[in-house]
Amino acid sequence: MIYLFYLLVYGFLLTAALGLFASWVDRKVTARVQYRIGPPLLQPLIDIVKLMGKETLIPRGASRNTFLLSPVAGLSSVILASALLWVVGLRPGDGFLGDWIVAIYLLTIPSISIIVGGFASGNPLASLGSSREMKLVLAYELPFVLAALVPVIRAGLILRLGDIVVAQQIAGATATSLSGIIALIVAILCVQAKLALVPFDIPEAETEIIHGPLVDYSGSSLALYRLMKNMLLFTLPFFLVILYLGGIRLTGIHILWSVLKYLVLVAIITVIRNTNPRVRIDQALRFFWGPVTILSVIAVVLAVLGL
Amino acid sequence: MSMKLKALLKSPWVFHLSTGSCNNCDIEVLDCLTPRFDIERFGMLLAGSIKHADVLLVTGSCNRMSVERMKRMYEQVPRPCLVVAIGECALSRGMFIHSYNCPVPLDQIIPVDVYIPGCPPKPEAIIAGVVKLIEKVGSKT
Repeated sequence: MIYLFYLLVYGFLLTAALGLFASWVDRKVTARVQYRIGPPLLQPLIDIVKLMGKETLIPRGASRNTFLLSPVAGLSSVILASALLWVVGLRPGDGFLGDWIVAIYLLTIPSISIIVGGFASGNPLASLGSSREMKLVLAYELPFVLAALVPVIRAGLILRLGDIVVAQQIAGATATSLSGIIALIVAILCVQAKLALVPFDIPEAETEIIHGPLVDYSGSSLALYRLMKNMLLFTLPFFLVILYLGGIRLTGIHILWSVLKYLVLVAIITVIRNTNPRVRIDQALRFFWGPVTILSVIAVVLAVLGL
Repeated sequence: MSMKLKALLKSPWVFHLSTGSCNNCDIEVLDCLTPRFDIERFGMLLAGSIKHADVLLVTGSCNRMSVERMKRMYEQVPRPCLVVAIGECALSRGMFIHSYNCPVPLDQIIPVDVYIPGCPPKPEAIIAGVVKLIEKVGSKT
């Protein structure tokens, strides 16, 4: 029963509300950076409600079931991942051995659902975007996993997120050490690519392949994809907070700290998105497999040495 | 008013379709998105794909080549959708009224909700037109 409660209330409702709010923060900060006023607070929610009421078109030549089911798969994996992270964040003792691996693969499924949905729609632009997304996943997964290993090594090689949080509460956050800082930088870059935000928005490049994999989606399936992306905008920084910044605590002054940690991460992501041009897919691949992977390997070595 | 329509009027994503205009109206449409006018504060976004759009902004004189494509685009917009004719050419074919290539104005091809005259209309006029569209649809239901 308690798991169902976590899944529905924390995993879905709270994450969706916070994700929509984060997406509003993102749009508002973008607008302010460009000297605009920006959308009202409820705008992301209104967008979702509107898309729910629109007609869902299925293109001729698309494989119908895959086309309609892939957004559902992506959204449900985000809900599962965020429920898991909430359990770990609020009650560190309640995780299970290996939930680090589960969280990482659940956070990969949204990208895979976008790839599958794009190929299923049968649109040439969508398949172009999907193949780019596939290359991007191959590019950022390796440094992301290496960077996520650093807190595990520092917590004494236990693949349990709860123990990572507890170890950080005893010995200070991962990001207070040299290896932790390097790993955090690598992880922020990978999160930027995972969210498909500007330097790495190659799969959905609006100006060249008009939203890539999502080009043929409309109505409620597009709403599910948007909700999924908004929830990822909450879940991924939350994962970084747990891994590197000592998790969250909802007691007294710690509430303020937790919110501040999360907001700083979102602000960094938004500022990176607003001050960079889009790179090409080969440049992104070279960037992630070259300097970023080297940095993450250095971070792992430093963590093993205990720095 | 139904929830559906209310949400639609608060977040109309526009798709911008040129049926052979001289590009002036298109530039004015893009001007609306600049910091000076910033229509994102009304929830409007420029949709890249026609399948994401709610409002079709049509510019240009609807010549014989583009009319077929325009009809096909109109069929692809997920319903409910609204159509706005922008500029003299889309309203009445403007200087091409006697041309062999522009047989009928836009509103005889697809139903048009709001007309925005001007050659090209100013961004203020386009925003005023969209406000009229929202008022019209809001009061009709």
